Amino acid sequence: MSPLVKRKRERNPLPTKYLLLILTMVCVILMVLSFSTGILSGPLNAISSILVPFQKGLTQVGTAIVDRTENLGTLEEVMKENEELRQKVNELTEANTLLQQDKYELTTLRELYELDKEYDEYEKTGARIISRDPGNFYSNFVIDKGTNDGIQVDCNVIAGGGLVGRVTDVGPNFAKVVSIINDNTNTSGSVLSTGDNLIVSGNLIFMQELGVIEFSQLDSEKEGIASGDKVVTSNISDKYLPGILIGYIETINTDSNNMTKSGTIIPVVDFKHLDEVLVITEIKENPY
Amino acid sequence: MKTVVNAILIIIAFLLQSTLFSRFTIAGITPNLILIVVASIGFLSGRRNGLIAGFFAGMLFDVFFGFVYGLYACIFMYIGFTNGIFQKLLFPNDIKLPLGLIVVSDILYGHVCYIFMFLFKGDLGYVYYLLNIILPEVVYTVVISCVLFPLIQTIYRKISTFEEKETDTIG
Repeated sequence: MSPLVKRKRERNPLPTKYLLLILTMVCVILMVLSFSTGILSGPLNAISSILVPFQKGLTQVGTAIVDRTENLGTLEEVMKENEELRQKVNELTEANTLLQQDKYELTTLRELYELDKEYDEYEKTGARIISRDPGNFYSNFVIDKGTNDGIQVDCNVIAGGGLVGRVTDVGPNFAKVVSIINDNTNTSGSVLSTGDNLIVSGNLIFMQELGVIEFSQLDSEKEGIASGDKVVTSNISDKYLPGILIGYIETINTDSNNMTKSGTIIPVVDFKHLDEVLVITEIKENPY
Repeated sequence: MKTVVNAILIIIAFLLQSTLFSRFTIAGITPNLILIVVASIGFLSGRRNGLIAGFFAGMLFDVFFGFVYGLYACIFMYIGFTNGIFQKLLFPNDIKLPLGLIVVSDILYGHVCYIFMFLFKGDLGYVYYLLNIILPEVVYTVVISCVLFPLIQTIYRKISTFEEKETDTIG
């Protein structure tokens, strides 16, 4: 039976040091390749789609447990809130009837102005988050729908009426989403009231401490912009469809160059408790 | 046999870390299960297995969440390899050395991540990241590894007795 034992010993002809060196080089080549081109994402996505069903199941379990514990903890609060809300419902029903009259007016006016291409009319598909970035530096995630459901790279992702991020990579049954609060993402936005453009950038420190993201490069001579103003995606963004709500301006300061302004934005989306998102299946047509 | 077990361990760690553990965060921090598994494989079965395990675990991480392929693979590979060097110093029931190594590995891991992803784009908020992300992650990871490391060790012991028996019957 010695051949069996011998084969086991001879199975490692390559010294570990060389193996380390070779694999390091492989890593470096992979890094350079994926940084400069996008060649690799296709074959590697095929591998990752195998794990998607497992992630789906485990996330369902996790969400169920989190929901259960949160339910118990907040039962009393909810009871109180319920009464308040009941009162509010009465008030709102009244307000609603008034608004419906207004809405009728609005639709007719929109038809007149041919403004019916608002973002509630984009084609959308719902998806569930099945996996999150395991590290603590980023907040990317994976959703359970892919090319089978018409999702493609650069599709915009929204939730709760606000912008979440965009799809950066897609497989048959999953898609990877980079969120706008990620420390390395910038989004082109504009202030709804004045139409001035600005750059929204995710910031890990601001997000962790205050739950806000940064904006900068707001080039506005008007004094009208104040905290509470809506910031939406801009017309000039090459990835994002125009007019999707990003958040509300919280603070605004004039930069030391006295020309541009910067500050912080409170995002509309609650990124900590995100479970389901909507993916807009249209993508922005790009001339380049 | 060991390779299969290593692969299963890595996949389980990755799945748990990216699904359940990123839901049950403590103060927004996820423990680094993959690092625990890679380091444990390193000092339980040597630097060669450690570096292979690290490479594939990092690759898995990269495929799903990396912004370039190969970066996490490289980091985890070196973690597996360096921990493997300490295999000879490890006594069977000693948990102080493994835990110490996991602490050092996690601190290094945090720093490398900071350097590659934040310092390279000119972000100098080092102290903040150290106090609010790297160190809390280390603490959380060590607490988890107090449970996880003995578990992996037991699995390994089971395998080696099983394999000895097998060779005995063949021989």
